[in-house]
Amino acid sequence: MTLALIAALPFLGALFPGLTIRAGKNTCAAVSAAFTATALLLILLQAPAVLRGEVIQTRVDWLPQLGLNANFMLDGLGLLFSLLILGIGLLIILYARFYLTATDPMGRFYSYLMLFQGAMLGIVLSDNILLLLVFWEMTSLSSFLLIGYWKHLPEGRQGARMALAVTGSGGLAMIAGALMLGHIAGSYDLSVILTQKTAIQASPLYLPALILILLGAFTKSAQFPFHFWLPHAMAAPTPVSAYLHSATMVKAGLFLMARLWPVMAGTDAWFLIVATTGLLTMAFAAKVALFKDDLKAILAYSTVSHLGLITFLLGLGTKAGAIAAVFHILCHASFKAALFMTAGIVDHEAHTRDIRRLGGLRHLMPITFAIALIATLSMAGVPPLNGFLSKEMMLEAAAHTHWLGNGWLVPLFATLGALLSVGYCLRFLVQGFLGPVRGDYPHRPHDPGFGLWLSPAVLAVIVVAMGLLPMTIAGGLVDAAASATTGAPVHAKIALWHGLESPALWMSFIAFGGGFVILGSYARLRALWDGFPRPEAKQMFDAGLGALTRLAGWITDGLHNGVLARGFAVAVVTILALAGYGFLTGTYAPGLRAATPIEIYPALIWLILVAAVTATVRLHRQRVLSILMLGIVGLLVSVAFAYLAAPDLALTQITVEVVTVVLLMLALNFLPQWTPRQSSTARHWRDGILSGVAGLAVAGLAYAMMMRDAAFDPISAFHLAQSKPGAGGYNAVNTIIVDFRGYDTYGEIVVLGVAALLIFALAEMLMAPETRWAKHPDQRAGDAGDPHPVMSRVAARLLLPMSMMVGVYLFLRGHNLPGGGFVAGLVFAIGLVMQYIAAGLKWTRARLVVNYHTLIGLGVLVATATGVGSWAAGRPFLTSSYGYFHFPPLEEFELATAMLFDLGVFLCVLGAIMMALDALSRLARRVR
Amino acid sequence: MEALIAAAIGLMTAGGIYLMLRRRTFPVIIGLSLLSYAVNLFLFVAGRLAPGLPPIISKTAAGYTDPLPQALVLTAIVISFGMTAVLVLMALGAYLTGGDARIDLDDGGAE
Repeated sequence: MTLALIAALPFLGALFPGLTIRAGKNTCAAVSAAFTATALLLILLQAPAVLRGEVIQTRVDWLPQLGLNANFMLDGLGLLFSLLILGIGLLIILYARFYLTATDPMGRFYSYLMLFQGAMLGIVLSDNILLLLVFWEMTSLSSFLLIGYWKHLPEGRQGARMALAVTGSGGLAMIAGALMLGHIAGSYDLSVILTQKTAIQASPLYLPALILILLGAFTKSAQFPFHFWLPHAMAAPTPVSAYLHSATMVKAGLFLMARLWPVMAGTDAWFLIVATTGLLTMAFAAKVALFKDDLKAILAYSTVSHLGLITFLLGLGTKAGAIAAVFHILCHASFKAALFMTAGIVDHEAHTRDIRRLGGLRHLMPITFAIALIATLSMAGVPPLNGFLSKEMMLEAAAHTHWLGNGWLVPLFATLGALLSVGYCLRFLVQGFLGPVRGDYPHRPHDPGFGLWLSPAVLAVIVVAMGLLPMTIAGGLVDAAASATTGAPVHAKIALWHGLESPALWMSFIAFGGGFVILGSYARLRALWDGFPRPEAKQMFDAGLGALTRLAGWITDGLHNGVLARGFAVAVVTILALAGYGFLTGTYAPGLRAATPIEIYPALIWLILVAAVTATVRLHRQRVLSILMLGIVGLLVSVAFAYLAAPDLALTQITVEVVTVVLLMLALNFLPQWTPRQSSTARHWRDGILSGVAGLAVAGLAYAMMMRDAAFDPISAFHLAQSKPGAGGYNAVNTIIVDFRGYDTYGEIVVLGVAALLIFALAEMLMAPETRWAKHPDQRAGDAGDPHPVMSRVAARLLLPMSMMVGVYLFLRGHNLPGGGFVAGLVFAIGLVMQYIAAGLKWTRARLVVNYHTLIGLGVLVATATGVGSWAAGRPFLTSSYGYFHFPPLEEFELATAMLFDLGVFLCVLGAIMMALDALSRLARRVR
Repeated sequence: MEALIAAAIGLMTAGGIYLMLRRRTFPVIIGLSLLSYAVNLFLFVAGRLAPGLPPIISKTAAGYTDPLPQALVLTAIVISFGMTAVLVLMALGAYLTGGDARIDLDDGGAE
C-alpha cells in the first residue's frame, strides 16, 4: 500500500493550506512541507531496494472491467523523478514562503502546488497507462491554476489559458495513442505493455500510436513547434516557474518518452521524429534565448533548448543516449531550478527582471551572485560542474550519430546548440551581474534574507558536488534510471576527463570560443536580429483560436438563431437522417409475432382517435376548440390503455387529462383566443412533409417493434413472480412503482415538486408589483352572466366528499388492484379544483386551509422517512417490508411500508397539481 | 391491432411535430402534449399488446402483460403534466411581460 499512500500524500496535503493559513504563513508552509517531506521519506525508504534493481508495486483494482486499475510501481526512472518532484518541491515550498507578498493568498497557492505535486507524482508512479492519463490531465489543470495564480494580471490569465490549450490538446491526442498502445498490448498495465516490444513495433497501429503519444509528450515538454506556451507561462510567480519548468511539468513529456522507450524507441520513425525535433528545438530555442531581455524569458527559452537536448538524446535510441538523457534530466533540474529562483530573487529585490536595466549586481548581491555564477556556468557546460558532464555526454553521442546517412549534420547542430547556449549563459552573467553598479535600478537591490537564498544555495551545492563526484552522488541513481529506461541493466561511467581523442572535448572548445565571440559582438548581432521580422507565436495562436471560436459561433448561430422552429426542425431532420441511415445499412426482417386480431369496437375508437388528432391539428388556430379536441385525444388514449390491459394507466391518463384541460383553459384566459396565420403556404407544406415523414418513421418503428419479441427476456418476469412474495402486493405495476423501482419514483415526485415550486415562483414574479405587464388581457368574465351559478356550486360541493372517498378507496386498494398514490392524488385534486371552478378562488381559498407547499414538502419527507426507515432495520434505502395485522372487529388486513411511501407520493402529487392550478387562478384573479 | 396502434402513434407524432413547428407558444404546447401521448403510447407498447391480461396477480389469470413499461409510463404521464404546466406559465409570463405570443427571439426573417 506504500506507493498508493505516497501518491495520495500530496493530495491530502492540498486540503490543509486553506485551513492552516488562519494559523499564519509559517504554519501553512510547514504543513505543506510536512506532507511533502513525509512522501519524500517514504520514497527514500524504498530507494535501496530500487537501486538494487527491484521494482516495487502496489496493485489496487479500481475498474478491472475497463482495464483501469490504480496500480503503482516504483522503478529506477520513477525513483529519479519522485526525488526531483519531492526534493525540489520541498525547496520550492520554503522559497515560496518568503517570495509571496502579504497580499498574495498563500493558502490557495500551496493548495494548487500540492495538487500539482500529487498529479506529477501520480504520473511517475503509475503502473497503468489509463491512470497515468488521469494524472497527466490533472497536471494540465493544476498547472493552469498555478500559472494563472496572479489572476489580476492579464498576461497570467492568457499564459495559463495558452498552456492549458496546448498541453490539454496534446493530452487528448495522447489519450488516443495510449488507448491504441493498450489495444495492441492487450493490457493497460505498463508492466505488461513494456514487455510487448515486438508486437507493438510490428503492429500497423505503431506509427499512429507513436505520433499521437509524441504529440502529448512534445506539447508537454514544449518541443518545437509547440514550445511557445512555455515563455508565456512565465507570467506565473517565480516559485511556480522554478518548479514547473525546471523539474516537473515540462519533464513529464520526457518522462513519458523514457517510460515508453523500451517499446517505442529503436525504430527509424522514432529516431527521425524524436531526435530531429529535439535537435531543432535545442538549436532554435538557444538562438531565441540569446535575444531575450527578461531574465525569466532567457531562462524559459534555455529550458526549451535543454528539453530539446534531452529529447534528442532519448530519440537516439541508444544506451549511451539514454544514460546521457537521464543524467541531464538530473543536472538540468538542479541548475535550472536554482537559476529560476535566482531570477526571482533579483526581481524581488531590484523590482525588475529586464537585463538591460540590470548589471553590477555582483557587488550588491554577493550571495545571489555566487549562486547564479555556479548555476549559470553549469548550464553553459563549464568543468567541473555537473552541466559539463552531461553536455560532454550529449556531444559525444551526437558525434557518432548519422542522420539519413549524413555524418556531420547532427554534430554540427549539437555544437551550434552548445555554442549558443554558452552565448546566452555568458550574457546572463555579464550583463546581469558584472559591470559597474548602476544608480538607476527601480529599487536598490541587496541580498535577500536567508529564507529566499537557502533553496537555490542547496541546489548550487548539489551542482558542484555532482560535478566533482558524479559517480558517488548520482552514479547509482543514473544506473537505476537508465536501466529502467532501456529495460536492460546499464552501468554508466561518468567522468570529467575522457582524453584528448574524445571529439566532445573539441566540440566543447568550439562552443566556448564561439560563445565568447557572440558576447563580444552582441550589439551587432542584436541589431541584425531586431532588423528581421519574426512570426509572433502568440499572435498566430490567438488568430487560430479566434478562427476556431468564430467557426463554433457560426455553426451554433446557424442552428440556433433564436427561432425555435429552426432548431427543432434541424433536430427532427438529423434524427430522421440517422434513423434512415441505420435502417438502410442494417438488416431488416419482418417480425414473426402473430398479430392481435382487430375487434370492431376498438377499431371504432381508433377511427374517432384519428379524427380527433386530425381535428386538433386542423383547428389549432381556434384555441378553445383545439383544447377540447386534445382532451378527446387524451380520453381516447386512456380508453386504449384500458383495452390494452393497463387499468392503472387508464386511470392516471383520464385524471391527468382533466387537470390538463383545466390548466390550458385557465391559461387561455390570458392568451389570445386565436392563433394568427403567420407562416407561408410553402412553409406549411415543408413542415407538413417533415412531420409526415417523422410520423411514418415512428409508426414503422412502433410496428416493427410490436411485431417481434424482445431481444432479451424482459426483467418483468421477476417483477411478476416477486410482486406478492417480495413486495406484498398483487398489482405488479404498483409494486414496481412503490417498491422495486421506488428510487425512480422518489426522484420523480421530487421533480414534480420542484416543477410546482417553479410554477409558483413564476406566478409570484408575474404578480409582483414591480413586474410591468405589456399586455392587459380583456376582462372577459361576466359575459356569460353569473360566473358561479348555484347549480354548479351545489353539485361541486356534493361531489367533493365523493371524490375524496373514491380517492381514499383507490389509494387503499392500490397495492393489490388498479389505483395507488398517483391516481388518488389526481382524484383528490380534481375534487378540489371543482370547488375553484364552481365557487371561485376567494370562496375556496377562504375555506381550504391546506398549504400546498406543506403538502409537497410533507410528501417528500414521508417518502424519505420511509426510505430511511429501512436503514434502522439494517437494510438498504427504501427496502420495503409488510405484515398482516388483526384488530377486532376488523378483519385481518395487510400493512406494508410501501403504502407509507405511496402516501408520500399521494401528498406530493396532490400538492404539486393544486399549486400549479392555484397559481394560475390567482393570476387570473389579479387580471380582473 | 398492431398496425392500428402504430398508425395512431405515427399520426400523433406527426401532428405533434407539425404543431411544434408553429411560431406561437400555444400551438407548441398543444403539439408537445400530442407528442407526449405518442411517446407514452410507444413506451407502453414496448411491452407488446396483450388485451385482457392485466398485470394483477391472480390464480385464475391466463397470463400477464408486461408491467414494467406501464410503471414507467404511469410516472411519465404525471411528470408530463408538470412539464406542460411549467411551459404554460412560461408562455404566459412571456406574453404578459413581453406583449407578444410569438415563440422566437425575433421574426427570424419574414415568411
